[in-house]
Parts: sequence; C-alpha cells; structure tokens
Amino acid sequence: MSDISTYRLLSQMIPRGARVLDLGCGDGTMLDLLARERGCTGYGIEIDDANVLACARRGVNVIQRNLEDGLDLFDDRAFDVVLQLDTLQHLRNAETMLRETARVGRIGIVAFPNFAHWPNRMAILRGRMPVTRRLPYQWYDTPNIRVGTFKDFDALARRNQLRILDAFGLQDGREVRWLPNARAGTAVFRFEAMPG
Amino acid sequence: MSFVVQPQAMHFDGPLALRSGASISGYTLAYETYGALNAARSNAVLVCHALNASHHVAGVYEGQPGSEGWWDNMVGPGKPLDTDRFFVIGINNLGSCFGSTGPADIDPATGRSRGADFPVVTVEDWVEAQALLLDRLGITRLAAVMGGSLGGMQALSWPIQYPDRVAHAVVIASAPNLNAENIAFNEVARRAIVTDPDFHGGHFYEHGTVPKRGLRIARMIGHITYLSDDVMNTRFGRELRDAVAYKYTTQDVEFQIESYLRYQGDKFSEYFDANTYLLITRALDYFDPAAAYGGRLADALAGCQTRFLLASFTTDWRFAPARSREIVRALLDNRLDVSYAEIDAPHGHDAFLLDDPRYLNLVRAYFGRVAAEVGAA
Repeated sequence: MSDISTYRLLSQMIPRGARVLDLGCGDGTMLDLLARERGCTGYGIEIDDANVLACARRGVNVIQRNLEDGLDLFDDRAFDVVLQLDTLQHLRNAETMLRETARVGRIGIVAFPNFAHWPNRMAILRGRMPVTRRLPYQWYDTPNIRVGTFKDFDALARRNQLRILDAFGLQDGREVRWLPNARAGTAVFRFEAMPG
Repeated sequence: MSFVVQPQAMHFDGPLALRSGASISGYTLAYETYGALNAARSNAVLVCHALNASHHVAGVYEGQPGSEGWWDNMVGPGKPLDTDRFFVIGINNLGSCFGSTGPADIDPATGRSRGADFPVVTVEDWVEAQALLLDRLGITRLAAVMGGSLGGMQALSWPIQYPDRVAHAVVIASAPNLNAENIAFNEVARRAIVTDPDFHGGHFYEHGTVPKRGLRIARMIGHITYLSDDVMNTRFGRELRDAVAYKYTTQDVEFQIESYLRYQGDKFSEYFDANTYLLITRALDYFDPAAAYGGRLADALAGCQTRFLLASFTTDWRFAPARSREIVRALLDNRLDVSYAEIDAPHGHDAFLLDDPRYLNLVRAYFGRVAAEVGAA
C-alpha cells in the first residue's frame, strides 16, 4: 500500500491545512506529501529507529513511541485528522487505539489489508493461508497480528460508537466502491466519534 | 585526526543582573569557535556544556593531542554537527573553573578570591551571558542551540528567554527540572564537599588547601548515576582487583568498581573547583521554567517559535525518557514543531557523549535539514 499513488489518493480525503497525526508514520512519506501538497501540519508516531531517522531527513516531525503505550501525549480533539495507514494490523491494542484515534482526532482514517479480498478467499479455499503482494508474509512469520475484513471493521467501528463517514476499497491505486469486501486488497474507512 | 583550536576570552564590564538579585561586573567568558560564520550570519550554532565540561567542545589544543574536546565525536568537520557548514560556538559558563570568571578568581574589589561569596548563578543567567557574547560576535539569531543534560536545560531555556533568536533547539538527555531524587544526589555531593575539613567555608584558596576528599566523593556519587546498572555490571561486575579471595578488610580497594570510582574521584579532584561544583549543582536544582507558571511547562513554552529535536536514552535513569516526554508533551500542547527520539542505548545518562550510531545519525540528519534551511549546505 505504500506506493505514492495510494498516498496521493488518500491525501485527497484530508482537508487543506489540516493538523494531522499519523500513527505508525513509517518514513514520513505521507506527512511530507500532506505538508507539500495540502499545506498540512502535524506529527508522526513511529517506533522504528530507521524510520525515525528517515523522518528527520525529510524534516517531518516524528515522535518515537510505541503505539501500544497509548496516545496520552495528546489531548482530546488535538488533531483534525488521525491516520492509521497500515498500522492497525500490527497493534495488540487495536481496539483501544481505534478509540484513541477517535478521541484525539476530529476524524480518523484507517487503511488495512482486507483479508476478504478474493485472492485471499481463493487461497483459503485451496486450504492455504494467502501469500500475496498485499499480504506477502507466511502465516508463521508475519508482522500482521490482526487480519480482518472490510465487514469486520465495519462491525468493530459500530461496537465502538464510531460513525462511519465513508468506506471504500483500494485496488491497484483505484477506489473500489462496488463489492469492496471481495474486490479490494485494502479497506479504507473514514470515521468520527459519535457525539455524546 | 582532530583539528587544532584555540581558546579565546571576552571581557565584559557588566554589570550582569542575576536571577538571585545579585549582579556581577568585570567578568570574563572563555569561548571557542569552530568553522566560519557565513555572510548572512545565519549558520551559528551554540553548544551549551554540561556539569564538568567547558567551552572546549571540539578539536585539540596545539601540541596537546590529549586535549580533545568533550563532544569531538559530535562536532567537527564532517561530524553530525558539521563545522564545514556551521559556525559552532562553545562558551564556558560563568562560575566555572575553566577560564570564565568563577569562585577561584580574585575579586578586584577585595583583592581576594571570591570563594563561596561568588554569587549563585542559574541556567537563565548563563543564557543571558551567552546572549551578550553572541551580541559581540554579531550573531542576532542562532541556527540552533544544542546541549545535553545540564546543557540541554540551557538549550531549552534559550527559546523561552529569546524566542526570536533561536530557530532550532536540540535538547538531549535532559529534563524540565530535577526530581527530588536528583536533588538528593546533588545534596549528598555538596555535603561531601562542604564538610571536608579542607573546605574552610569555601575560602580554601587562602588556606592553600583543596577539599579533595569531598570532591572525590561528590564525583563518585555523580559517576554512579551517569551509568546504567547493565554497563557497570558488564564493565566491572563483581570482579576483584588483584586477588581471587576476599581480604576481609573494609579499608582497601577490593572490587574493580571501587578502584574505578576512586580513580575517577581522584582525577576529578585534581582539576575541578569545589565551589564551582556547588554552584553548578545548585543551578541544576533551581532550573524549573514551569515554576513561574504554576508548574505548567506548556505555559512556560507558550511564547516559543523554535523548532525542537529531543532525544533521550532508555537506560538513563538520572534524566529518564519520561522527563523528556514531559517536554515533548508541553511542546505538543503548544503545537510547536518537535521531533523526539527515544534511543534504546545501554549506557545510561552518559550515552549522550558516546558513539551510538542511531543517535549520531539522527543529529546528523536533523542538522542536514537545518543546514539546507539556513543556506549552509
């Protein structure tokens, strides 16, 4: 998902000049893009030393922190947008982090590999865990400790009183709005905390 | 191969008003510079020193290859803070024993050493004095101010005291104030010094003595707190110095760690001034920019326009990562630009002086951006 065309597509969802928190910001590509093309400001959270260094090279604000330790550095609604791009699937506290995302941001945007994408279904039908471009790891050696589907996230979001503002799939750098749960390798959700 | 530098001195007629209400006039600051100030005067970086260091940040003195600067791995041509790009300035703080006016110097008013009468100086006072020296050098705005530990406190104080004079602040292994445990360590060190019979109320110069015993103990305590338990165990463990069996004495040096601490203490007591140690540890105790704002650090930093890089080390228990995160949080509350690295290094507080590639590369990357920004490429 880390290709620039995907980032560009997702960046269109983010208001110009927004204050953005990017959870698991990697090498800072997205924040850099948002700063240059959308006039956004903000911070990335990242645990990996090499990524922190890459952010510093780009001039992206980065806070080295394990997301499992929570977001207590940030006040409620401190950001216009909180991003979790290919981050959720790595988190032990995925549900807590989802709630935290809705707490510190006015809106949250989550993208993760959709396990219900048809090639994955085919692999399962053949009796094997999928190894694809989007999920390139063997089942016994994968950083993706959470695998979920488009529909699963939908249910999780409702369970946590999140209002889904938009949901679609991404495949080959394009939006998939018809049958995304089967037709897209990546699920994207835009949501906000329900008032009250 | 290190480069050769020369210490310089600048005299100020003063008076410099200190936070305590006292003032000092007719004082000298020792300093060194490395690299060249560019035509736009935009590439100056001030490096602030920590407890037992000085203006001698980098390079060696002519004919003295052992006189390497305390941050020679960080500052110099091609180093993370690259003196081929930046004009780097090290200033010895007021009250020191390394060239700037301090307690061991003669007070022209009385003709005797100031000793314990030397006024208590604070981090803020040091920043004021540094600003005056920069004025004389024609530097109105720093590309960056940088420091570790007590130097980091100065680097944090700069953007509070002079928001429009600092573009970037690099604050390493530091804290927004000392916790009670830290003050306690400082107090034990000070008591060791002032209860030394050779201290003579701080006027030991006139008695031709030096409170070496006190200084030794002060340094031993300090040294323990600069290292991590792991590093101490790895380096010394329970190894005995010269026997395989205990001697059943409480007087002799038996364990390697005892030998090491005594060596460090002895070395320190040979060159460090006791009154300076008292003053500097007090400056550490007093530093607390949030105090004037009801303890709200975010309020203290509200006027800042500076961009920050902070780094801490996971095994540093004297200036623990949590303390750096307090600063980060206060900067975030003010929506200031800040990056923060928590370096997983084994060395404890001393890590900020050592060669950890993750740490040095981070500083290099950060200063790379600063260089591009100030036209110092």
